[in-house]
Amino acid sequence: MALLQISEPGMSTEPHQHRLAVGIDLGTTNSLVATVRNGVPQCLQDDEGKTLLPSIVHYLPDGHIAVGRKAQAALAVDPRNTIASVKRLMGRGLKDVSHVETMPYDFVDAEGMVRLRTVQGVKSPVEVSAEILRDLRIRAERSLGGELTGVVITVPAYFDDAQRQATKDAARLAGLNVLRLLNEPTAAAIAYGLENASEGVYAVYDLGGGTFDISILRLSRGVFEVVATNGDASLGGDDFDHRLFCWMLENASISLPSDRDSRRLLIKAREVKERLTLDESVPVRMTLESGDEVDLVVNRDVFVDITRNLVSKTLKPVRKALRDAGLEPEDVKGVVMVGGATRMPHVQQMVGEFFGQAPLTNLDPDTVVAIGAAMQANVLAGNRAAEEEWLLLDVIPLSLGIETMGGLVEKIIPRNSTIPTARAQDFTTFKDGQTAMVCHVVQGERELVSACRSLARFELRGIPPMVAGAARIRVTFQVDADGLLSVSAREQTTGIEARVEVKPSYGLADHEIADMLKSGFEHARDDMEARSLKEQQVEAERVLEATEKALVSDGGLLDAAERAALDTAIAALRDAAAGQDVRAIKIQLESFNRASNEFASRRMDKSIRGALAGHKIDDLRI
Amino acid sequence: MLDLKQDYFALFGLPVSFAIDVARLEQAYLDIQAKVHPDRFAHLPDADKRLSMQWATHANEAFRTLKTPLARGQYLLEMQGVDPAFETNTAMSPEFLMEQMEWREALGEARETADEDTLEELSRRLRASSRDLVARLASALDERKDLALAADTVRRLKFLEKLQHEINDALTALES
Repeated sequence: MALLQISEPGMSTEPHQHRLAVGIDLGTTNSLVATVRNGVPQCLQDDEGKTLLPSIVHYLPDGHIAVGRKAQAALAVDPRNTIASVKRLMGRGLKDVSHVETMPYDFVDAEGMVRLRTVQGVKSPVEVSAEILRDLRIRAERSLGGELTGVVITVPAYFDDAQRQATKDAARLAGLNVLRLLNEPTAAAIAYGLENASEGVYAVYDLGGGTFDISILRLSRGVFEVVATNGDASLGGDDFDHRLFCWMLENASISLPSDRDSRRLLIKAREVKERLTLDESVPVRMTLESGDEVDLVVNRDVFVDITRNLVSKTLKPVRKALRDAGLEPEDVKGVVMVGGATRMPHVQQMVGEFFGQAPLTNLDPDTVVAIGAAMQANVLAGNRAAEEEWLLLDVIPLSLGIETMGGLVEKIIPRNSTIPTARAQDFTTFKDGQTAMVCHVVQGERELVSACRSLARFELRGIPPMVAGAARIRVTFQVDADGLLSVSAREQTTGIEARVEVKPSYGLADHEIADMLKSGFEHARDDMEARSLKEQQVEAERVLEATEKALVSDGGLLDAAERAALDTAIAALRDAAAGQDVRAIKIQLESFNRASNEFASRRMDKSIRGALAGHKIDDLRI
Repeated sequence: MLDLKQDYFALFGLPVSFAIDVARLEQAYLDIQAKVHPDRFAHLPDADKRLSMQWATHANEAFRTLKTPLARGQYLLEMQGVDPAFETNTAMSPEFLMEQMEWREALGEARETADEDTLEELSRRLRASSRDLVARLASALDERKDLALAADTVRRLKFLEKLQHEINDALTALES
């Protein structure tokens, strides 16, 4: 039996399988997809050779959906059905969205996330984002010539749980397997850090279309450590456009423009902003549908004047992040600029003044995040040898806590804790004979529940009646490597348990996703069964491949009987995967996972011992 | 068999003591994370992913505990069966409680009057006090083996930590 473990040289080393993995920067204004091809990270282009996909989705009355530049053309003529900057709405209720009044949509304030009424029915921001992701998926699959194994999607570091969950849901809806949600500034640092191989503390200043993020990172020998993040989830380049838009209205003496005129003026404002990066002044001449004439000249000085305090507003989160990291501006070795809005000269200048050094701008601020995401996707897909990999230690951006008496928040996991992380806290009953307890999970830094974001509410029932203060209810928060939270509560004396994935308050319920998936497939006349069979087969293959690889290197960790049992499970899974029965594959996958559990845990054990071997000097105890 | 119940010092291959070689701790932590982090398991079966999350979570918690003096002191006490009992401050000396009240009043006043300089000054004084207490904790645990003194010191540090948080919150509130 033991002889079977010996494999022929050459047989064991399968030809290196390159898994198709991409990084997606799902931006407020533009989105991009990138991959690592032959070791070189690059953005993928559409049919017209463009890399930037405007994050705009147009729902047409005939059931068609246009995405990107085609949709952009519809902005001025059909604003109500042309959704731009949808990222601002992800995981958000209507009251949380800034500048709602300038958005020409027909909002439906559904419970939890806001919805939009379009000519194709009511759409959630998750569905709109999924259209953008689907477009990029198709672009990538055409360009790479195969199905994608996995994708890394970037999110602002400051995104809370609801916004992250919404992003992951959108990916699922677009048929993407998410390897990881990655913070945008971290992605930028990956792109910069590895190409320039510079060690030290860095600040990543990311001013995108709709969000601002600051991250303080420590880079050293292959380890990226996010030491602090902060930001403003509703401050970005769009706000500079908006300031200019207001200035134009005022100076052209226009009040209450129509939706379509507003849209045209906003587009004009953006154009003027971009031209002011190089030009000292830009003339604006246009005739509105209302008949009003606009004839203005915008000087750079004026633009700087009306937007200076927006730049100042970004420096507050910068100060907070530095304080959290226990650092002063002069401790920062370099400032990486990300996002198209950092092209504005006065942004670069004011950031430079704050840090006492000129910021780094040598990579394209529009593509640097997608490039970093692609590099991380390549690592996560297992395309690099272990010794070439880098380690990324990320943190949770906002504190997680639970409501206690008097509407106060008890923090359970403080912000900037390294993830994955888990923390437990004991609570007790406050009334004699109390048999149920409501757990209200919130995210934020303030002491009052009302000033934090509500993530979920759940109830723990069946607590045995005891005197007040006798029950011990342990609430455990687990945050995974994507920054997503799950919470469980357990009464310690009886073991009664309640567990929730944090989704209900602001995310979409599972059945909603299922419905959307279904209607999506009907719409595309896709065969859901076939897709699901294919998915299960791919999963089975992935599992088999990984296990066989592990058996080659670590087969010796199993005795003959254990090895025989695992071989049987492998054969059963392989048989099922060769067939057409989705359920059979699922069942075999589950039983295989059970059979391989022990093997996995012994390998983990061996691996950790290996890691420590270099440190165990015989002074273990003094 | 390694398991998640072994003590944090053993996990990182360090001697059980309050005085700690931070560089060694950091290196051992990074070496372990390099092996167990979920990024290493993103393309592997669920069983591996689950284990990886458990281990990475464990390593993070262990590292956080050993890195911060207060948490490390508390952990060492717990390893020796001593509960510092933060909820009951009856054991605190009256002088310490008095000083606490003074600091609290100063904080409240500075917050009311939006006095940033006073807040910064308070923060500096707190840090200095904390440093002294950490030195006392090291001596109580490593040299004098005086667990009662160590527990008292841990409780005091906890008070100072809370106060420091409140000062930081007040400073943050002033800026926004």
